[in-house]
Order: sequence, then structure tokens, then C-alpha cells
Amino acid sequence: MANFSTNEFKAGLKIMLDGEPCNILENEYVKPGKGQAFNRVRIRKLISNKVLEKTFRSGESVEGADVLDVELSYLYSDGEFWHFMNNETFEQIAADEKALGDSIKWLVENDDCTITLWNGTPISVTPPNFVELEITETDPGLKGDTAGTGGKPATLSTGAVVRVPLFVQTGEVIKVDTRSGEYASRAQK
Amino acid sequence: MQQQANWQPSATIQNVVLKNTILAKIRGYFESEGVLEVDTPVLSKSTVTDLHLDALETIHTNPLSVKRTHLFLQTSPEYYMKRLLCAGFPSIFQIAKCFRDDEVGRYHSPEFLMLEWYRLDFCMQELIDDVMEVLRLTLNVEGYQQITYASLFEKHLNIDITGVSCLELQAACSKYGFEDIVSKLNNSQNQSSDIDLMLQLLFCELIEPLIGKDSPVVVTHFPASQASLAALNVDNPIFAERFEVYYRGVELANGFEELGDHDELRERFNSDNKLREINSKKQKPLDEKFLQAMEAGLPSCSGVALGLDRLLMIAANSEHIREVQSFSFDAW
Repeated sequence: MANFSTNEFKAGLKIMLDGEPCNILENEYVKPGKGQAFNRVRIRKLISNKVLEKTFRSGESVEGADVLDVELSYLYSDGEFWHFMNNETFEQIAADEKALGDSIKWLVENDDCTITLWNGTPISVTPPNFVELEITETDPGLKGDTAGTGGKPATLSTGAVVRVPLFVQTGEVIKVDTRSGEYASRAQK
Repeated sequence: MQQQANWQPSATIQNVVLKNTILAKIRGYFESEGVLEVDTPVLSKSTVTDLHLDALETIHTNPLSVKRTHLFLQTSPEYYMKRLLCAGFPSIFQIAKCFRDDEVGRYHSPEFLMLEWYRLDFCMQELIDDVMEVLRLTLNVEGYQQITYASLFEKHLNIDITGVSCLELQAACSKYGFEDIVSKLNNSQNQSSDIDLMLQLLFCELIEPLIGKDSPVVVTHFPASQASLAALNVDNPIFAERFEVYYRGVELANGFEELGDHDELRERFNSDNKLREINSKKQKPLDEKFLQAMEAGLPSCSGVALGLDRLLMIAANSEHIREVQSFSFDAW
């Protein structure tokens, strides 16, 4: 992998830090009037997902990380691995539980997910911003409540629990924003 | 701030009006003090030798000569202004466009406006008071704190910089999370420049964010190795009569009680060039006209350079230098 100098650092560049692939979020140039210049860089570690600030000496080079985002559609889980497929090449990739993290609860068959590959291995899975899931269990709500104030918890087919308005019932399919984990609307029939 | 289309200015009309008001106050102050405004060339055949300062360069074609001349854009008007002083000028000031290569950021632009002035027969302390008067007039700030470079390290990091070894500083830098930077130093050819780099790193990342938040802080007596063109302290020559002013997270001004010894100056330029060589940077030709002027004699004086864009940023409460420049670097 190529090396990148601090003046090539920009948001989105992937570099290696402490043996972990990282995404650069921000690169700020700082310099004392008559002294050495530094780059104060905000970085997200792509495996631990930690955000940190790191100072580099300007002009310093670091190793790039072979990180690639691919759009794959979710097929199924065998309990140990979650299988995804490239709809054009039909090539399949399996991701483990660690790579999926919290995304597990938003996986819907045939949905297109963004899989981040490091050296060809999945390290994270991002579901679509909105997914449609069926409610498997929720308390019967009070009739007439249409404002959705307060709401009630509902368990979805994947095990995810979201707050829904009182008028939504078990068996209905709802649309959820996976970024916030919040109810968006009833699914369009 | 909303992203503007390419052709539009980066500063608002209000900020340009504010700039005029501030420039008028500065000119009014120096006029009342009998300090003469001067205007020296932006171009020169030579430039500064500082390890961490790089001039922009250009080529001049003379219609009366076949030879094309390599010219540098000034990083500050210091050398020309000192040549005026050597020629017998009184105290002088200048509001000058300056240019520095490889500097772009929130507080940095390759082209910027500098207020530089020299006071005859002023010692460092008198010049500090003068700078504070300019800040009082332009930013309405009252009072300031003054602390030495060494005391700041003592107070905030518990490091005694007078006797500190390269190894001790490396350990301190590693402790604060800069181990990657120090591990790549091993510049055994010049331990003193490694020490300066580590001091600058600790100062920039750990001390600067803590000082001058509410009122200006004047940091005095930088280590002799960072003297630049300042005279050394008579009682304790490991420190230089150099100061910097910090306010609201910004390094605003850098001043010296000026070194007049031309032999010492030549020595400093040559050791700068050696450092440049060690750091794989191009050496710079010495400014012989400047050195000749200094040999003729610089009157006893102190001088300071103040970043006007940064002063304006404070006055206008700006987040980025582009907000106070009519067309900032990214609008060129």
C-alpha cells in the first residue's frame, strides 16, 4: 500500500494507525510562527470505531490502508456468518458477528448494505438508512391516539426494539431509520 | 458560514469596514507617537534562512539585461526595515503584505497582512507595553499577563527546560501521546534542534490551548536556540529577549530586543543553513546587503511583527482567516 504525506490527508483517506485501519475525518494545520508545523488530525478507527485526535509532524508519511466500501445485498445467516452477494458478479462474502456489530438487528433479506472491506475482509456493515420490518410484539394501544405522543415499545422480527406510536399494532410492517433507531412511518403497502 | 460561489469575496462588507477602522486606529496611534510609516519592497534577491520559514519565489525579466533574476517574496519586511534604521531613520512602522510558502490553515494563509514596527531605544519590556497599547486601542482589552517560556513549562508540564535532556523530553512527549513523532527523530546530528522541535510540539499542543483565553498573555525569554534575531539576555544568555503575544487561542505577535552584532547574525544564519541541510531543505543565500547594513550599525531598538488578519479575526469573532480577507486563498 502507498504511503501518504500529511499534505495528502483529507476527509475520507484511509490510513494505518497502531495496526488498525482508520478513516481521516479532519486535518488541521497548526504552526508556531517560527517553529515546526504540525497537523492535528481527527481520525476514526474503523474496527473499534473510536474517534481520536492525533498530531503528526507536517510532511511526515504514514502507510495507507487497503479499505474499500462495496454495496452488497444481504442473503442469509447460518448462525456463525452473515452472507452477502454482489448482484452483478454474484460473488459472495461472509461477515462475522464482530463486523456486523449493532447492524445485525437491521438486516433484511435482499436489502443493499455497505460492507467495508480491509484487505478483502469485511470489518463493518452499514445497513440502508431505512429498513422495513414487521412488528412481532407490542401492547395493544389506545384507540384514537394518532399524535404518537409518548408511544410504546415494539419488538421487531429481527429482535430490535423501537418506540412506536400507540396506534401501530402487532403484525404491521414499519419503516425504521437505522441511523437513529427510531420509527419513521408505517410501511407503504 | 455558507459556502459561497467561487467568484465571490470571502469577507463580508462589515469585516472590511472593521478592518478600515482598525487600520485607521493603528495609523492614528503611530502618528501620535511620532512613528514614521514606511513602505518597503515585497520582492528581494535574498530571503530568510529560518528552518521553518519558506519564501515564495518568482523570476524577474529585465528588458535591459539578458540575465533573469530569481526573486523572493518577503516573509516579513524585517530586513528592509532594519536597513532603514541602519541608515538613520527614526522609529518606523509598516503595514505590509507578506507571503509564506507551505502555510494554509485556520490561522494561516500564503498571503497575509503584517503590522511591523521598530522603536529606537526601547528595551523588550517597553515594546511589550507598546504592543499592549495597540491591543487596547484595537480590541478594547485592558491588562495582560506576562510569563516566561520556562515558567510555562514548569507550571503546566512540570518540566525544567533549563537542564532538560533530549531523552527526558522524548519521555515527556511519549507520555502525552506523541511517541510516533519522537520515535522518528533520532536526529543525532543535532540534538539541540530535536529539543527545539519537542519543545515546540509540547508548547503548541499542550500549553498554547491553556493560555490567553480571557486576557492577552505575553510569553518572554524563549530559549537561546529559538532566539531568531533577538539579543540574548545579558544576565542569563541561555534565554533570548524574544516575546510572543497569545490571545484567544491565537499567536498574535512576535517581538525582539534586536540583536545588532553582525558577526553573531552571520553565525546564526550559517547555523540555520546547516539545520536546513540536515533536514534536507535547500540552503538560502545570505542577505549580504542586510548584513552590510548591520555592520554599519543598527541603533539600539526593539521590533515586533503582529499578524493583522489574526487581530481582525479576534475583533470580528471569526472562526477562519478567510472571513477577514477580501479574497482568501480558497477564493483565488
